Parts: sequence; C-alpha cells; structure tokens
Amino acid sequence: MFDFLEGYDVLGAFWTTVQLTLLSAVGSLIWGTLLAAMRVSPVPLMRGFGTAYVNIVRNIPLTVIIVFTSIGLADIFRVTLGAADDFEALSFRLSILGFVAYTAAFVCEAIRSGINTVPVGQAEAARAIGLSFTQVLWLIVLPQAFRSVIGPLANVLIALTKNTTVAAAIGVAEAATLMKEMIENEAQTLAIGAVFAFGFVVLTLPTGLFLGWLSKRLAVKR
Amino acid sequence: MTKVSVAKEDVAASGDLVVLKSVNKHFGALHVLQDIDLTIARGEVVVVIGPSGSGKSTLCRAINRLETIDSGAIAIDGKPLPAEGKELARLRADVGMVFQSFNLFAHKTVLENVMLGQIKVRKADKKKAEEKARGLLDRVGVANQADKYPAQLSGGQQQRVAIARALAMDPKVMLFDEPTSALDPEMINEVLEVMQQLARDGMTMIVVTHEMGFARSAANRVVFMADGKIVEEAVPDQFFSNPRSDRAKDFLSKILHH
Repeated sequence: MFDFLEGYDVLGAFWTTVQLTLLSAVGSLIWGTLLAAMRVSPVPLMRGFGTAYVNIVRNIPLTVIIVFTSIGLADIFRVTLGAADDFEALSFRLSILGFVAYTAAFVCEAIRSGINTVPVGQAEAARAIGLSFTQVLWLIVLPQAFRSVIGPLANVLIALTKNTTVAAAIGVAEAATLMKEMIENEAQTLAIGAVFAFGFVVLTLPTGLFLGWLSKRLAVKR
Repeated sequence: MTKVSVAKEDVAASGDLVVLKSVNKHFGALHVLQDIDLTIARGEVVVVIGPSGSGKSTLCRAINRLETIDSGAIAIDGKPLPAEGKELARLRADVGMVFQSFNLFAHKTVLENVMLGQIKVRKADKKKAEEKARGLLDRVGVANQADKYPAQLSGGQQQRVAIARALAMDPKVMLFDEPTSALDPEMINEVLEVMQQLARDGMTMIVVTHEMGFARSAANRVVFMADGKIVEEAVPDQFFSNPRSDRAKDFLSKILHH
C-alpha cells in the first residue's frame, strides 16, 4: 500500500524540517526577546527601531523574505554565511536567516503582551532596591512575562514548523520539496499529500500539547 | 564672615537625611504637590497622614524618584537625587521602600526575594546573602516560610517579607507607602509591631499611613497633608490633642469619633 514511498528519503526530509524549525526557533526567540526589550526600553531610538522592524517585517509575505535571502542576499550582495561553494548548505542557512527575521517579529509581540501582564508594582519594587533597567527587565519582568506567554509562543512555534515548507522556494531539501518531487513522479497524489500532512501533525501536535502543559505548570501565581 | 561659618555649621550639624525644597508636581491639571518643604533628621520617624488624594503617597514615591517632580529639589544624605541611570539606582539601594500592595517578586521564593538585591546590587556572595536573609526573615517572624512563594503567604506575612527585603539593602532611610492599607484587620498589628521595633532600633522612617495608633506611639513628628500641601507639622501628642488648623481638626473629627 505504501510502496510509492520506496526510493524516497521521507524521514530525511522531515529531519531537515525539524532542523530548520529548531534552529529558527532558537534564533527567533533570542532576536524576538531583544526586539521586545527594545520596544519597552526608555531610549526613543531603540523603541523606534523595534516598532519599525516589527511593523515592516511581519507585513511582508514569508515567501518574499525567503526568496530575497537567496536572490538578494546571496546572488546580489554575495552573502555566503560561510558556505560559498556548497549550494545546499547555503540555502539551508539563508532560509534559517529568513525564518528568524520573520518569526522574531511575532515572538516580539507575544513577549511584549506578556510584559503587559506583569503588574507595574513588580518593576517598581525592583527599581526601589536599586536594580538597573536591564536588571529589572532580565531578572524580574521578562521571566514572568515568558511564563505568561508560553501558550501564544506555542502558536508561533507551530506556525514556524509549517512555515519551514516555504524553504522549498529556494531549494532546501525539506519535506515540502520532497513532496513536490514525489507528486511529479508518482501516481498516488492523495496518499502522498496525506503522508506529509500526517508528518506535520506528528511534529506539531505534541509540541502544542507539551507547551500547553508547561504553561499551566509554570504559571506565576499572584 | 562669622555669619557664613555659622550657617555652614548649622547644615553640617543638623544631620538632615532627607531634604525636600519647594517640590512641585502636577498630574495633568491636578497640582498634587504644592511647594513642599520637608526635612527629616537622622533617626527620626515621621508619619504622614491626610485624606485620600492629598498627595501623601506621591510625596513618598517622589523621595526615591518612582515619581518624577516638576520643580524643586530633593536631597538624600546631602546628595541631590540624580535624574536617571546608575547614580539613581545606587541611591535607591540606600532608600528602602515598602508598598501598599507588597510587590514581592512573584516568581521567586521568599528567601530569593530577600537575597536578590544583596547579590545583584550589593554584590554580596551567595552564602553571606542567604545568611543575612534568613536572619532578617527571623527578625520579622517569617523564617519558617523562607522556601514558599509569595502567593502562598498571607498579606501580613508578605508585607513582613517586603520589609525584610528592604532591610537587606542596609538602607539609610525606609519609606512606607500605606503598608497596612491592603491588609485584613487581624494582620495589621503583626506588621505594625515590626515597624515599631524598627523605629525603636533607630531607623529613619517616613510612614504614610492611616494607623493613628502607630502615629501616636512611634512617630517623632506628624505631618498632615491636604490638597497637595503640608498643612500642619507637630509632635503626635500636640497634633492629636490640639490640632491648630481647621483642616486637621475636621480630618481628626471624622476618623477619631468612633
């Protein structure tokens, strides 16, 4: 029944998807947190940059961003990311750069809404014992903000997992690329679609359930 | 010549810890602090009372610049209050603050709450900070709650932890912004007792409160505020038995007659 899978490395393709997701998730979590810190900072220039970044980047289609990393950054500006002669590695790294740039805008907004759930008295008490702005943010506000937005961040992570299929546009050998190839070569198009749909559900469903459980467990009691 | 040196000696000998000079602040059209002049000497306990909206809390919060002021000057231990940045943080570390709503760090245990400032601001090593924190928690009577989270404690216990957290910084002066106003009646005394003990130990304290009993027994001076102004300043006995201003008489008649 599943003999149409023979000769294709489905697991390998999904492994690339997982790698794209995890690396982009870590990158966008870091960059998104920094953006959120900028957006609440007392320095007007930083606030302005954060706001402009989020509003521009989240409104550009992801496909445009990913294609730009390839034909813009790589072909025109000669960005090599340490992989000048290896086309596969280069597209892989470029796509992660694009995913981080894009997803960070959503991570930033999730975290910023979390910051708004932390009572202002928490920051006041922290300032009153002599902590600096950065210390107040990293030691008191962000840890509480993170715990309150694990749910929304899970949504962003699930969206990111599925968004990695856009990397097919610049030839990264992930799940969607393989699916397209198989549909061209095999007759069982419906079954192929079902296999890949199932593969993504296998990746994202446990993620959502686990993070849902974690968000309950880590909720800050007031 | 002689006159100048006398004036200098006066300032030096006075030992004033907190000095406010013609402080003004507006919230939009509301003039919440109007030409406030107030001087607090080392070791003095000053209780600020007055009706709601009179500006007492704003005054208290202006002293460590949680509220900015529009004009005038505030100095602590001879140093003018810096505007922002590291200098301000350093000064705040020397000024303990206790809030109406406790504001314990909700994601940290009681012990961590009291250790945090020592480690991150005073750069104390962890072991010494813990030792001191446990000592302070014992002093305010919540040593057995050290490993719990703030939400697991009663209001009175939380407020005593908040006092310990402020004391851990070895402050020069302690500000109390209505420390018992959010507490159930049976928990007010346990907090007031800790504050009484602090006052007896010689801590300089500025206390905004509605607890007239505390004002009578622990204060060196009562400052009565109304409509953004300091209306009357007196020793507690004189203020409560023989207030001079009509505004104070009116206020006291409303709160003391039942």
